[in-house]
Amino acid sequence: MPVRFRFSKLGRIRFTSQRDVARMWERALRRADLPVAHTRGFSPRPRLSFGLALPTGCESLAEYVDVVLDPDRPPVPDEEVGGLAPVVSRLLPEGIEVDAVGLVDRGAVSLQQEVTSCTWTIWFRAVTHSALGELVASMLAREQVPIVRERKGTSVLDDLRPSVLDLALLSPAEAPGAPTTEPVAGLMAELATRPRGVRPGELVSGLVAMGAGGGPAQPPVLDRACRTQQWIECDGERREPLGGRPGAAGRAPYALERAS
Amino acid sequence: MRTGLAILPATTSVLQDPPSTLGARMQSLWPRVEPLLSQVTKPARYIGGELGARSPEHGCASLAWLLVYPDTYEIGLPNQGLQILYEILNERPDSVAERAYAPWVDMEAAMRRAGVPLFSLESTAAARDFDVMAFNLSAELVYTNVLNLIDLAGMPVRAERRGPDDPLVIAGGHCAFNPEPLADFVDCFVIGDGEEVVGEITDVLANLGADRAHASPPDDRTGSSHRGWAADRDGVLRSLSRIDGVYVPACYEAHPSGVVPRHDGVPDRVEKRTIGDLADWPYPKRQLVPLIEVVHDRLNVELFRGCTRGCRFCQAGMITRPARERPADQVRTMVGEGLRRTGYDEVALTSLSSADYSGIEGVVTSIIEDPACSGQVSVSLPSLRVDAFTVGISAQIQRVRRTGLTFAPEGGTWRMRQVINKLISEEDLYSAVDAAFSQGWRRIKLYFLIGLPTETDEDTLGIVCLAEQCVAIGLRYHKGVTVTASVGGFVPKPQTPFQWFGQNTIEELTRKIHLLRDASRGVRGLKVRWHDARATAVEGLLSRGDRRIGSVIEQVWRNGGTFQEWSEHFDVDLWRTALADHGGSFEDAVYRHRTEDEVLPWDHISAGLHRDFLWGEWLDALGAHGLPDCRWTPCYDCGACTGFGVEHVVASAVPPAGGSQGTGQDLASGGQVPVRFLPTAPSGADPAGRSEDRPVARAGEGRS
Repeated sequence: MPVRFRFSKLGRIRFTSQRDVARMWERALRRADLPVAHTRGFSPRPRLSFGLALPTGCESLAEYVDVVLDPDRPPVPDEEVGGLAPVVSRLLPEGIEVDAVGLVDRGAVSLQQEVTSCTWTIWFRAVTHSALGELVASMLAREQVPIVRERKGTSVLDDLRPSVLDLALLSPAEAPGAPTTEPVAGLMAELATRPRGVRPGELVSGLVAMGAGGGPAQPPVLDRACRTQQWIECDGERREPLGGRPGAAGRAPYALERAS
Repeated sequence: MRTGLAILPATTSVLQDPPSTLGARMQSLWPRVEPLLSQVTKPARYIGGELGARSPEHGCASLAWLLVYPDTYEIGLPNQGLQILYEILNERPDSVAERAYAPWVDMEAAMRRAGVPLFSLESTAAARDFDVMAFNLSAELVYTNVLNLIDLAGMPVRAERRGPDDPLVIAGGHCAFNPEPLADFVDCFVIGDGEEVVGEITDVLANLGADRAHASPPDDRTGSSHRGWAADRDGVLRSLSRIDGVYVPACYEAHPSGVVPRHDGVPDRVEKRTIGDLADWPYPKRQLVPLIEVVHDRLNVELFRGCTRGCRFCQAGMITRPARERPADQVRTMVGEGLRRTGYDEVALTSLSSADYSGIEGVVTSIIEDPACSGQVSVSLPSLRVDAFTVGISAQIQRVRRTGLTFAPEGGTWRMRQVINKLISEEDLYSAVDAAFSQGWRRIKLYFLIGLPTETDEDTLGIVCLAEQCVAIGLRYHKGVTVTASVGGFVPKPQTPFQWFGQNTIEELTRKIHLLRDASRGVRGLKVRWHDARATAVEGLLSRGDRRIGSVIEQVWRNGGTFQEWSEHFDVDLWRTALADHGGSFEDAVYRHRTEDEVLPWDHISAGLHRDFLWGEWLDALGAHGLPDCRWTPCYDCGACTGFGVEHVVASAVPPAGGSQGTGQDLASGGQVPVRFLPTAPSGADPAGRSEDRPVARAGEGRS
């Protein structure tokens, strides 16, 4: 039965890539001496799956990894699974911390397929709170928001709007990090993962496009983005991939209760 | 507007805070660096945070070293020399060490736009706030990067123009064996093993600092409060020049007749440093584990330093003599603890010829049979000998992940291999290749050099013949095989028997590359790859250049020529122009044969090798006479052992079994050899007929 870990990625380590994080996990799990299953063949690899990739430079409070254990090695007793969080956290680099662990049904589909949307907080420079508010209102009022994105070296035109499930402004008082003299404005966004995962950078492109011609003089610049939740929507109910942080009904943002 | 979203936790800002251990004299540049990172590729190159990285505590009493590798993070991070010194300096109570690597061009541009100087990874402190900037010189084409990094630190690149506010610039590594091309820019060079010298330099600077701080009150404005010795830079340099193995270019004048001391008390010739026993230096103890993928991304444990093979083209083999093995027990301990600590699943047992390690079979077996490794650890042995024994070991160690096998015959014909003294017979190679294909490998890589002394087209084309034979052997076992011949242009290096050789021109190397390309066209299963002949010429210029080449390097750097070892940035025209502007030419500096009586730019630097030994070897090379390995035959008195009162330190004088061991010799019986044995012979070695811990009498027969 796979073990699912939820972990954060905060601070400097946000500049590492998804592949880098995968390697950090492989090393940490070896150091923890967890009986991880391996793929077969000439180049056996540990069987880990991470779900939706977090773009390099983004922070997260809600990353997940499923670890398949080797059935031929002594299993981890169910009651000890919860205790893995501090053990593995200690072996991971600073900035990556496990806050929940649980067992996943063997028949469950992969994280990648299961997750339907993600909630992000995104902070901007070079734009005031009210100017950002205008851009948000303008985007929510549109039926289509075309953006250009690069795919395999060619530019394709995509409609961003169906993937934007919700947008809401945040109070400047909640801005993270050091105080800055620049205008700081933030928003909460819920972005769909289907048909493909929309990145915060693409949302920013869409917002910049809203401002073109008559909007704020200076386009907003992405400062910091943090994935705060991943959601699985099933039969109108929403839940997170690990229990312990139940999502309330509706589309409101959800206060975080960290398990640790 | 929604509020109450207390989502981003306070920990975010905690993680951004500069380390609190920074002393008042250093300030973290992180708030200015962080905004740049979203603008550049691979931003994690600049964040540090590796497992094993130190959080240095800078105090007024400790000397601050910044260890700099003048290439990208991915190339520089695994460098073992830098990591060893990093640990040694951080273990001392009176010194701290941090690291920096060359920022890639996009980051450098962003830093210059934002006015951010070169900074250390550990505490994001400005390079100029350190007492010492110490460069690792592993390759010549990085020289322009050295200048660029000194400049990016905010200092004049020329040593003579630096003042009391500037750190001392030190350089070491293999390229320091001809320091002259960088002599105008570097305050002092360390020649040879650095383990002991860094401590001695720290002692000298710390004493000077203590004296001076006592004599004059600290002056915050000039920064002399923490660098009391710095006001008298000349005096400092002269003190450093008295340390064995330290070369201070400013204490010498460079004339066409040679580089000579300016002052009394400065040695005429700087002898390299050699640590006698690797067992005393079990470093790195805490190898750095990077957050991003780097080259050689695995645990590395040094099996031995030095090499007795005597390949005449190989600078590393010449300048690191004698061979000094690490005791097998220590190797096992370093591997076991290293794997547990790092979580790596691969370990490389490094040396210049790993299959020559006396206890190789025992060490390899104990690693792969260690239950703690649960069968998931793979072992790699870089720099393998060419024979069936080697393949047997490789089959054992690559049970987990079988990659390609690489052999380095270097020369295409037996005559050529006698010239370069890489005495691999065709039988050795074919039996190794046969063993490899029969044991399941399908891909084999062969390394060759072209442009070697006395090389004829027959020798060059011999490369294709050998490689074709290897394909034919492979086809006996498999339907599809690949043999890749990787062909490098030969660059004669200082302190080797080939230091007198006039390097092949770009045109000649290109002609030979075309010969190989045409001959291999249409041969199924054979691929030939080659290096840029123009880069080979520039490497030759920098390898054997004298002090005048410094101005050429400076001009190339000023015209934007950094990262010259990267093909996308290498620009031969920058070098051609700069060389011409300074009245030089490739013909004179690179392609010309040197004569016996000619003064060489590195004659004042000694790797311990007698000049007449090297000249004799050069003549033997021209006569295509090979010279058997001195580990298994009597001493040739090259000077490396006798001059320093050290010896080869090995567990067994009898090589691990199989073939001619790449020596062209019958090695069935050992012999009287000039080696000192390690106290206990590890399993797998054959101590027959030799009492342990007894230096074997030096047989004085000379060459046999």
